[in-house]
Amino acid sequence: MERRVVITAASAITPIGHTKDELIDSLINGKSGVKKIRADDLLTDRVESQVFGTVSYPIDFSFKRKYRKTMGPVAFYACQVVKEALESAGLEQEFISSGRLGVAFGSTHGSPTVQRQIYEHFFSGSEEQFSAIGAVDYLKSMVHTTAVNITKMFEITGRVISSSTACTTSSQSIGYGYEAIKYGMQDAMVCGGADEYDTTTVAVFDNLLACSTEYNQTPHLTPRPFDVKRDGLVVGEGAGAVLLEEYEFAKKRGANILGEVIGFWCGNNGGDLILPNMDGIRETIHQGLRNAEIGPEDVDFVCAHATATKMGDVAESMAIAKVYGRGPCVTGLKSYMGHTMGSCGVIETIITLYMMEKGFIAPTLNLDEIDPRCAAIRHTGKLRETPIKIASIQNFAFGGVNTSLFLKKV
Amino acid sequence: MTRDEIKKNILKIFETEFEIVDPGLDDNLTEEHDFDSIDALELLGEIEKMLDSELTRQEKKDSMEIRTVNQICDYVVSLAEKRTLM
Repeated sequence: MERRVVITAASAITPIGHTKDELIDSLINGKSGVKKIRADDLLTDRVESQVFGTVSYPIDFSFKRKYRKTMGPVAFYACQVVKEALESAGLEQEFISSGRLGVAFGSTHGSPTVQRQIYEHFFSGSEEQFSAIGAVDYLKSMVHTTAVNITKMFEITGRVISSSTACTTSSQSIGYGYEAIKYGMQDAMVCGGADEYDTTTVAVFDNLLACSTEYNQTPHLTPRPFDVKRDGLVVGEGAGAVLLEEYEFAKKRGANILGEVIGFWCGNNGGDLILPNMDGIRETIHQGLRNAEIGPEDVDFVCAHATATKMGDVAESMAIAKVYGRGPCVTGLKSYMGHTMGSCGVIETIITLYMMEKGFIAPTLNLDEIDPRCAAIRHTGKLRETPIKIASIQNFAFGGVNTSLFLKKV
Repeated sequence: MTRDEIKKNILKIFETEFEIVDPGLDDNLTEEHDFDSIDALELLGEIEKMLDSELTRQEKKDSMEIRTVNQICDYVVSLAEKRTLM
């Protein structure tokens, strides 16, 4: 049995806005969410990259203590976007708790803020170093903290999938949620990912020489996907959630259908855990198209992973060119907000749905001069008012994990 | 430390740490105030601070059947007595 799967609600917290209107405004007006990194008395003086995709607006988290007590910052983000998505969907609580709705939600590594607090206690030399580790610290920091805090807050009893594959975390969430519904195991899945403000991630990429460092005084000019002057990625924070439902169920209850998930693929490069791999990316796109039962000529828009690293963008553009030629418009949305890590796939999915609805494609920000090695694809150099019928969102992660998602306007 | 002082301290902890204000002394805390196993573990930490003494593993296990503020007060009284604080 194969069933159609549609997206009926979405919410995102991003460096360029929280509401749909704010996100669209940032895209149309080329507003960047990259800011100067916040001092943290630990790493920020040591890392060379001094920029961060920052959520700089207040968010009214009105969660009761019984929920807050097991939540680190990443779970606050996760629960907030899920709350907004479920409210927008208007599902009955009886259905939410029926076992027919599941959760696919993850983060890169739980809550690094809480993990840092644990280690600070542990290495403090204080006599209270053991007792200072609270009973709930594990629940706040563990890798599946987002997924289970969501189940607790909304009394969700269906299956739980908690991917933690760095940059493909939330695209896997959507993909595995899609498969759970498609093959009849669940009727709906709330899917997404979140990552909190974290300078250890900056340090990791900084040490790998993968972070942007040349634009520390002009944060809005970086990252620069596909641009000849790109100098690396910018770490960011954020969260996103989408509600996936079986098509007939959604139609019957009169849900607002934002788009249909028509295909998903996840594969691995089968080798190096860091270096981008053109063949691995190309194969993932190819298999995704096959899964969606469409040809490359059917795709209007490719939302590229495009982190703005020297090698990654070249490998990705070559893979896109091999599969699609110069067909679909290609945009790197990380140019607006940096790399929001575990949430990038879902945020890029949500933005693609909004562009699909409004009939435009945002350009890649800071793409002033295309790197000749990235020039074989059709870059979106300026805002295009054009319908998007079918779009692909592709993401790639450390560990050689690649995903491709395919969305269709219904 | 008298039982009254203990009760006052416990009620203060409930208000500041658990956002449970003025619960009935015989209320079932789990059923009526969403006080769960995580809260119970955190309360044990607060009791250790109150007594300025670590609880043994067995003492902690002995607390697991407690359901009301009155029972908590009895439990803390017995701990305090053992430590000759009363």
